[in-house]
Order: sequence, then structure tokens, then C-alpha cells
Amino acid sequence: MQFSKVSGQKRQHKVVLYALSTCAWCRMTKQFLEDNDVEFEYVYVDLCEEEDKQKIREHIQSKGGPLSYPTIFVDDNMLITGFRKDKLREALGL
Amino acid sequence: MTEITLEMVRQRAEADARTYGYYLNPDPKFLQSLLEGLKRNEERYGYPSCPCRLASGKFEVDRDIICPCDYRDPDVTEFGACYCALYVRKDVQEGKTELNPVPERRPLEKQAKAYGATTSETKIKAETVIPSTGTITETPKNKPKLWYCKQCGYVVFRDEPPYTCPICKAKREMFAEIETRIDFTG
Repeated sequence: MQFSKVSGQKRQHKVVLYALSTCAWCRMTKQFLEDNDVEFEYVYVDLCEEEDKQKIREHIQSKGGPLSYPTIFVDDNMLITGFRKDKLREALGL
Repeated sequence: MTEITLEMVRQRAEADARTYGYYLNPDPKFLQSLLEGLKRNEERYGYPSCPCRLASGKFEVDRDIICPCDYRDPDVTEFGACYCALYVRKDVQEGKTELNPVPERRPLEKQAKAYGATTSETKIKAETVIPSTGTITETPKNKPKLWYCKQCGYVVFRDEPPYTCPICKAKREMFAEIETRIDFTG
């Protein structure tokens, strides 16, 4: 699976964003992370191969998350579904 | 095939919002992003499936998430916006109510179909949609049926009845299945 990396000064947490290339909420989430100088990796699920889509689904469901996008993993133990600024701020200490 | 332009997508959404008494997302950037997503999906799948949901690319599987999706009416009523927030309620359009992410209403078993082969964990047990009446049940393997609106007579051929009648806005409970029977006599 090919993740794209966005560099930032805030690197305390490992942030992974699962997004859809067409999704407006995902776009805003990505912008929010960029604006806050957070380093993160993202992948557009709709552009992935079938096999990778399956892996993403298993990853999200293994943490009890719904199959909605954006899904943000913080340090692989915290999952945030949807563009929730308050939750992102809290989780990332912004 | 005619080229799909952003203007066409916008006009279609505007016309639909007018018809059903909704408004389009008031944030120009947000709206632009949604319309671009719809355009992209129409180009790659042949139909404008929801830009904020993962589509399978198979029409039959994605039918319920083709914009305007089956879930729009109950979502706008309950949350003030549809799942992707293309369509919003008047108070949201006027800025009186804040726009927040809308939880997914689409059943998980339908969502799972966009991820290729289904595993046993996604084969969810049959669920009764309307326990109060007990007339409409969902089976794991749905087959399209004819449903009619008892209020206005609208007929639809789908797996399940719509949440709201697109013609008279009657609730799902007003839909009943049309049973067809062929009698061989004589």
C-alpha cells in the first residue's frame, strides 16, 4: 500500500489518515492537519487495489471503527471517524 | 458520450434541492469540492455516487448511494445535512445550526460490498427494519421487490422501501409490498 507522507513540525504522534479522493470532509481533514503543521501519512482508499482495500477495512474494523471516511489513526491505538476538529485537537495536543 | 461538466452537476443538484425543499451547502469551497467529487465519480463509475462513500463501481451494489442517496431525507431531517453535506436544511444554510459530520446510516453489509470479497464477519444476520409493524423484513440476500406508497400510490422496485416517499414525503412505514401472484386456472 502506497502511503503519501506530509511533513510537519509536530511529530509526537504517528498520524495515519484513510481518506477518499473525492470526499470533501477528507479534504478538510487533510487541510486541517497541514494547517496545524502535523506530520502525517495518508492513503486514498478508493484508489487502492482490492487487496489493500480489504486490509484497510480489517484495520479499521479491528479497532472497532465504522467504515466511514475520513478515518484517522493516532499512534495506531486511537481512532477518530469524521472531521472532528475538537477530537483531533485533543488527540494531537493542538 | 457527452462530457460531464461541473456546471451540469451543479444545476442538477440545485434543481433537486429546489424540488425537495432543501438547500445546497452554503460554504462555496465545500460545495465546489462536493460537486467535483460527484463529477469524478460519474466519470469513473458512470453514475454520480456519493463522493464521501466508498463505491464498488457496480451499479446494483451502489444504487442506494447514487446522489441523491436513499439516506438523504432522514439524514437532513435528523442532522440538518445529508451524509456528505451537499444537501442541507434551511437553518444550516442560514448558519443558525452548525454543520457537523453525519453518522453513516447505510447498513454495514452494504458498505462491506465495496471492499471486494465478503468474509463471514460481514454476513450480518437478517434484521427487522420496522419491528412495530412487522411487515417489512430484510433478509441477508435481498431481492428487489415492488413497493407502493399507501398514501400517494408511488411504486418503486427496490430491495427495501425508501426511507421517505420521494413524491409525498410519507414515511417508510407507509410502504407496503406488492405481491404478485400468477394463478393457473382452467
